[in-house]
Amino acid sequence: MYSILSILVENKPGILFKVTHLFRSRNFNIESISVGVTTDHDFSRMTIVTIGNEKQIQQIVKQINKMIDTIDVKILNQNKSVYKETVLFKVLKNSKLNITKLNELLEPYNGKMYKGDISVIIELTETPDKIIAFEEQIKSYNILETARTGIVALENNEH
Amino acid sequence: MSGARSLMLALENQGVKHIFGLPGGANLPMYDELYKSNIRHILVRHEQSAAHMADGFGRVSRKAGICFATSGPGATNILTGIATAQADSVPMIAITGQVPLNMIGRDAFQESDIIGMSNPVVKYAFQPRNASDIPLTVKKSFYIAETGRPGPVLIDIPKDVQQNVADMEFTTKFKIKGYNPWIMPDIIQIEKAINMLISSKKPMILAGGGVIISSAFSELQAIAELLTIPVVTTFKGKGAFPENHPLALGPIGMHGHAEANKLMTEVDCVLAVGTRFSDRSVGTFDDFEKRLKIIHMDIDPAEIGKNQTTSIAIVGNVQTSLRMMVQLIMQRKLNQITNCEWIRHVKEVKEYWRDNLKIHSGEMSAARILRKLRSVLPKNAIVTTEVGQHQMWASLFFDVIKPGTFFSSTGLGTMGWGFPAAIGAKVASPNIPVIDIAGDGSFNMTENSLATSVLENIPVIVFLINNFSLGMVAQWQRTFYNRRMIGIDLQNCPDYVKLAESYGAQGIRVESLDHLEKAIKTSLKSDIATVIDIPIDPEEDVLPFVAPGTSLKDMILPS
Repeated sequence: MYSILSILVENKPGILFKVTHLFRSRNFNIESISVGVTTDHDFSRMTIVTIGNEKQIQQIVKQINKMIDTIDVKILNQNKSVYKETVLFKVLKNSKLNITKLNELLEPYNGKMYKGDISVIIELTETPDKIIAFEEQIKSYNILETARTGIVALENNEH
Repeated sequence: MSGARSLMLALENQGVKHIFGLPGGANLPMYDELYKSNIRHILVRHEQSAAHMADGFGRVSRKAGICFATSGPGATNILTGIATAQADSVPMIAITGQVPLNMIGRDAFQESDIIGMSNPVVKYAFQPRNASDIPLTVKKSFYIAETGRPGPVLIDIPKDVQQNVADMEFTTKFKIKGYNPWIMPDIIQIEKAINMLISSKKPMILAGGGVIISSAFSELQAIAELLTIPVVTTFKGKGAFPENHPLALGPIGMHGHAEANKLMTEVDCVLAVGTRFSDRSVGTFDDFEKRLKIIHMDIDPAEIGKNQTTSIAIVGNVQTSLRMMVQLIMQRKLNQITNCEWIRHVKEVKEYWRDNLKIHSGEMSAARILRKLRSVLPKNAIVTTEVGQHQMWASLFFDVIKPGTFFSSTGLGTMGWGFPAAIGAKVASPNIPVIDIAGDGSFNMTENSLATSVLENIPVIVFLINNFSLGMVAQWQRTFYNRRMIGIDLQNCPDYVKLAESYGAQGIRVESLDHLEKAIKTSLKSDIATVIDIPIDPEEDVLPFVAPGTSLKDMILPS
């Protein structure tokens, strides 16, 4: 089962290393991780997607909480949360690529396209399942490279 | 004032009197200030021993022991000692020199990324980048190392930061936002736990190292006596409860007492205090938790549910939790023992194994020599051990009477820990005899600490159970590898009497129990270190034995 952890940490050198090292040394998985400084520059927020049963997730949360640089960690309620990921696909311009068709595909996702001479870069910011659905639709294109940010998420309606 | 000077003043402000260490290029500015300070420096012969000495000091005094090492190999040498302290939750502050800031990352001479390397084995690590950061770093380090679940803190100070001059502020108040070690136990959970204990038919207390760390001996004993519940311990918890007490059953686990392991397979409810349910204590996890209602008291919330699913969790300092429990039990004015049948059974099992556990027949069997040691040693003597067969024999045959006088590297299992740790313990308690129950293999690893013991006048006794081999490995090869013996033969090398004498210590070889008694008495009176070399039968096994990956009920008994 996927869980999304939102972790507020001290914005200090080495903090990303410490958190990822904890996952490694305790045999936990990281599916994706994104890190960025918060409005208060003393802190950073990490969003980590991890897999495990309830007991494992509880243990991950406790171990992260135990870290002295951790201010707060919570498991996000996915029904209440906004969680998005940005993905870039670089697609070869060739006979398989129909730009008009691609534009139509992108429209419902609010996707963007950046045209180059021999390739096109597609930008999409969406939930992971929609990104998977979109990827399925462009499978027939010649995708040269893909880059994903990993999920960022926040829970809404909190106190 | 220089960073190095501020370091020494900050340490003095914390009440530090001793530093165990070894100088080198990158920590010379600190040593130059140590020269001017009243803090006593105790020179080691290997940085690992400095950490173990600080560890032994920390376990006995319950204050952070301090060790110094230089950068690079000095820092990596100290790492095993830091990991040992982390595994056993010991307060310690390791202070390493580092290459100057502008050299970091250039693979400079004696540069090692000790902050990166130590990350998984420290409670916290600091690398002050400005000299003016040092006083506050020291204050925070003590706070982190000594509060909550104790642990080692590393301070890695680049050489130029030691040398740089800055205005220093020593009285700064601080708050560490993400660290709150003062969790109050939940009284409702404690009430529930009492109800569960009272209503269970076969309750047991499992005391772990947390009882010793928090000195909760009288509280633990009060609960055992008020509710008439027998007490087993983990190996780290050995001596959390007086082992001559009628309710004491001794340690459970891989080499637990037969009666403790047997009875542990019968209980229906366990009050587990300050323990992490290590594999060495409970065998296979599944079997243990399927049968039992577990009440788990621990200061570390991450230990709740890590290895065992618990029925009731009580998070907080275990002394506080136990004290609250004692008060709540007293308020209930219980006047009848409800588990008479269980207690009678416990007593029978205990007596049976006391009378029927077969021990090695030789005069110098492990059981006989350790019982002899117990009979001669004063009850307040502090005992450390190395790691191996002798350690497990000590667990089986050396009863700890005064709680909190027995220490061992139980988590990491670091051979070579016991002797330097004994030296550290002696520094913390100079008027109490300190004895390291050792094996020859382990003693080999840090025997050069004899130089420290002799030259620094810190006399301890090495009770060397010498089977001329890496005995525990030999036992596993005999038991699990069809006697294909490899890599275990140490022979009688060195000659331990001559070795001791070459360091200016006293060496005594004993061949009989009478001789052993005299040797112990001589060494207790001696003002220099003594190595008592006790040759034993190399074929002697540690039994009972719960094989790894099996459950306590599969205990192998002496045949």
